Amino acid sequence: MSNSHGIVVTGIGATTPVGGDATSSWMAIKAGQSGIASLPYEWAGDLPVRFGGVLAVSPAEVMDRVEARRLDRSQQTALLASREAWADAGSPEVDPVRIGTVVGTGIGGVITLLDAYDVLKERGPSRISPHTVPMLMPNGPAAVVGLDHHAAAGVHAPVSACASGAEAVAWAARMISDGRADIVVAGGTEAPIHPLTIAGFASMRALSTRNDDPAAASRPYDLARDGFVMGEGAAMVILEREDHAIARGARIYARYLGAGMTADAHHIAQPDPDGIGAARAITAALAEADVNANEVVHVNAHATSTPQGDIAEAVAIRRALGPDTAAIISGTKSMTGHMLGAAGAFESLLTVLALHHRMAPPTINIDNLDPEIGLDVAANTARALPAGPLVAINNSFGFGGHDVALAFGTYS
Amino acid sequence: MSDAILTGLAEIINEVAGVPLSDVTPSKNFTDDLDIDSLSMVEVVMAAEDKWGVKIPDSEVKNLNTVGDAVDYIAKATA
Repeated sequence: MSNSHGIVVTGIGATTPVGGDATSSWMAIKAGQSGIASLPYEWAGDLPVRFGGVLAVSPAEVMDRVEARRLDRSQQTALLASREAWADAGSPEVDPVRIGTVVGTGIGGVITLLDAYDVLKERGPSRISPHTVPMLMPNGPAAVVGLDHHAAAGVHAPVSACASGAEAVAWAARMISDGRADIVVAGGTEAPIHPLTIAGFASMRALSTRNDDPAAASRPYDLARDGFVMGEGAAMVILEREDHAIARGARIYARYLGAGMTADAHHIAQPDPDGIGAARAITAALAEADVNANEVVHVNAHATSTPQGDIAEAVAIRRALGPDTAAIISGTKSMTGHMLGAAGAFESLLTVLALHHRMAPPTINIDNLDPEIGLDVAANTARALPAGPLVAINNSFGFGGHDVALAFGTYS
Repeated sequence: MSDAILTGLAEIINEVAGVPLSDVTPSKNFTDDLDIDSLSMVEVVMAAEDKWGVKIPDSEVKNLNTVGDAVDYIAKATA
């Protein structure tokens, strides 16, 4: 296994429906705990879908009040996760012109936008907060994180729906391999839980309607799956040039090995049932990583729990890794729900920890594994990964036909 | 009257920018002393307009350099 870029992961941070930080989130995921519950909001009563993955710890509990009031919820979570990740990396002293930031979001400050529209209608234009635009712009989370870390090498905000967080990690690595930065704060964020977004996704028939049993609603690969469950949160990883990390004595979780970014060119919302674009993304990630398909021991799958999507991804995995692949597949959205633009970032973080701890997280709620999946799914309990050098893949796909696969490897 | 306005303004500035109430005194400059940027100043003006039912046009805001300037303006506008 070689790696021409020499890029490593030296820090992690997250706030998710299963935990207020990366460690508590990992502990919950490892134990198969669901973060999905009935929505604690009065407005939810009128909706066809009345549950989701709300943050385990509200940003208001841990963030300065004045700072919080100038930030959309998606920016609050991005900032908290980035500070945790930076501290986890040892709060390195780095020249700001060598620090980069790439933070993706699927929608941006949609709650801010819709709340401001209510103010506009009720109280008129003179009552619109001057913070409205910085709070709603989709590059806002990246900008807020970049400002906090004085990142002057560049601040970028890829937007590719539910692949945004994974795409951010890929572009962050590119900043390092292009020589623009030594260290990059990379991740994704989403705060989509609002009646309008729920109504919109529900109208597409994309969401599970299992209102009577929310914790069982997100069930990738199970025969009774009926759609995804909306979640919110943010996750960040610190990518760093390997020699830079070694020189400062950093703790290294895993290697970043490569990315594949392709497009289905098939449909605005439906996955290509033949999984061709997704398979090309996986193959491209392995090519950049310079590893063989049979070296992949674990896939943190996109696995949103939609009837079509899970099958299409399984087809793609078999196409790229071979029909007899021994890779252990984990669908962690079974616990977090679908954190949209944060999903690819949090699942990258989980892939890194799976390699670091040599443990593939469980996919919960599998009562009857769909026989069409044809893969070795870590159903309901975590599975050990073997000793020695390992390669794992994180898949993320987005409405619009975006396909992103990231390859990580153990570090030794 | 001016004391009441000063107290009310201090509450607004505390809410908007987190400045301790006791730091908001008439001689303080919004930008240099209280670190209130242009966006937060808009918020302060909006809240003051709501609280005292006055109109503070942008052409006047640029003359309100200190807390005392703002107290005097509001006192005159509500007199």
